[in-house]
Amino acid sequence: MKKSKQFWPFIIVAVLVYVVVQVLISTGMMNQFYSNTLILIAINIILAVSLHLVIGITGQFSIGHAGFLAVGAYISAIITMKLQLPFALAIIVGGVVAALAGLIVGIPSLRLKGDYLAIATLGFAEIIRIVFLNIDAVGGAAGMQVSHLTTWTYAFVCLVITIIVIVNFTNSRHGLAAISVRENEIASDAMGINTTYYKVIAFAIGSFFAGVAGALFSHNFYIIQPSQFGFLKSFDILIFVVLGGLGSLSGAVLSAILLTIVSTYLQGYPETRMIIYSLVLIIVMLYRPKGLMGTMEITDYFKLWRTPKGGGQHGK
Amino acid sequence: MGNKPLLEVKNTGIQFGGLKAVQNLNMVLNQGELVGLIGPNGAGKTTSFNLLTGVYVPTEGDILLNGERINGLPPFKVTRKGVSRTFQNIRLFNELSVLDNVKVAYHSIAKHSIISSILRLPSHFAGEKEMEEKSIEFLKIFSLDKYKDELAKNLPYGQQRRLEIARALAANPKLLLLDEPAAGMNPQETKDLMDLIAFIRDKFDLTILLIEHDMNLVMGVCERIYVLDHGQLLAEGSPEEIRNHPKVIEAYLGEEVHDVNA
Repeated sequence: MKKSKQFWPFIIVAVLVYVVVQVLISTGMMNQFYSNTLILIAINIILAVSLHLVIGITGQFSIGHAGFLAVGAYISAIITMKLQLPFALAIIVGGVVAALAGLIVGIPSLRLKGDYLAIATLGFAEIIRIVFLNIDAVGGAAGMQVSHLTTWTYAFVCLVITIIVIVNFTNSRHGLAAISVRENEIASDAMGINTTYYKVIAFAIGSFFAGVAGALFSHNFYIIQPSQFGFLKSFDILIFVVLGGLGSLSGAVLSAILLTIVSTYLQGYPETRMIIYSLVLIIVMLYRPKGLMGTMEITDYFKLWRTPKGGGQHGK
Repeated sequence: MGNKPLLEVKNTGIQFGGLKAVQNLNMVLNQGELVGLIGPNGAGKTTSFNLLTGVYVPTEGDILLNGERINGLPPFKVTRKGVSRTFQNIRLFNELSVLDNVKVAYHSIAKHSIISSILRLPSHFAGEKEMEEKSIEFLKIFSLDKYKDELAKNLPYGQQRRLEIARALAANPKLLLLDEPAAGMNPQETKDLMDLIAFIRDKFDLTILLIEHDMNLVMGVCERIYVLDHGQLLAEGSPEEIRNHPKVIEAYLGEEVHDVNA
């Protein structure tokens, strides 16, 4: 594992990005609109990367990610608004409860495969949404008021932790086991790998970070309503992962950034917004049918430059 | 080679609804033996393999490995007990490198936890290094180390078979099950495979059970042969006995017609 070589460059870039943005925000050179967009990008990257672990790495086609986002959002909101506890704690508890929800959903439904799993997870996400819709303590359909606590610092720290955890998980024997489940579940089983365990673990880690994203999400908009966590939200997250290239973490990050920016700027043209957004998706899928990055990572391109022979581990 | 039975299959069978795919299967494999399992298409050979490896749970009978019951265990536990297999249609991890394919089999040897991997504790690095070194060493034995960074799907067919056998062996089995290892191979590749099978048996002190349609291979390498037909054991014996066994000839070629003018 040579991945430790990439660790420090990643940290340096992360710190640089953080410092530059933080300076711009605190000196007032960057207005509320831009800083909010950046926070939204960070949240979307967390969502995309956490779903990437479930779909891209472990190969379990789950389309109920918004359900875990909702769990994180509501649980963290209850902790800050009803219990008056600190936001950092709310983020962690939101993640943990979402991971527990992931376990409860995952253990029965991960026995299913392909389309059946997709439908089951979709159904579970709807159940979660309907549960919140019917609890009056969290406002029901009218929603729940949440104070604005998410800052660039919170969002960025969570983002960096998410990426480090998921990259470290992927580049270990555990990640390899998860990938082997994606590649061929029967062979993986025959090699002595507890496939159910890895599917459930990947699902729980993915749900945990979806919950973290939920905590950031709910404290960024002053109000949360069950309607924000419908299946369309699940599809939005799914699109990040598929558009970026299944199995590529940098692809998921890249497409989350790209689509959030496109979507934000299109808010100025409400009549044609969804048409243009859909056209962007169609064009990308036409010209890059395997997603923006295919199965490559950004770091693979550096390797290609170094060795003119190309090919390498992820060669075509 | 000792004489202690490694694998005992006792009156094992499986029923899918009304269909008895395998019934009354009795087999004994001694330590170090190389045994063939043959039979016409649909005889239940692969089903028997699936019973032995825990893919199917037998509806009757028992399977003992070193005297320990293994029927009812999930496949990954059966593998950890020491039964490893290859597949009739190659099942490699296509998008993984040759090295990673073998590494997957070393999964249960390394012991570092998920937490230690996420936090990158020393045990993670030690465990990963051990897996990597063992895998490379292993690929060298099979002279596959020159392909180590190649994706498994890009290997030529014969090498894919070789890699699949290597991967099965990396799981450190006592009993290796080969499901039609020579399927789709030309005569030269089949010959190489026969050499490989003889080589791994000596090198790893293994017991091997193989399903094969290529009679040259079966008769050439196996010491004993079991013949299955319609889910039942038809005959058992040395290659010579099997070759001349009337029931086997009947199953493969059909019955001789005695009374033409009846």
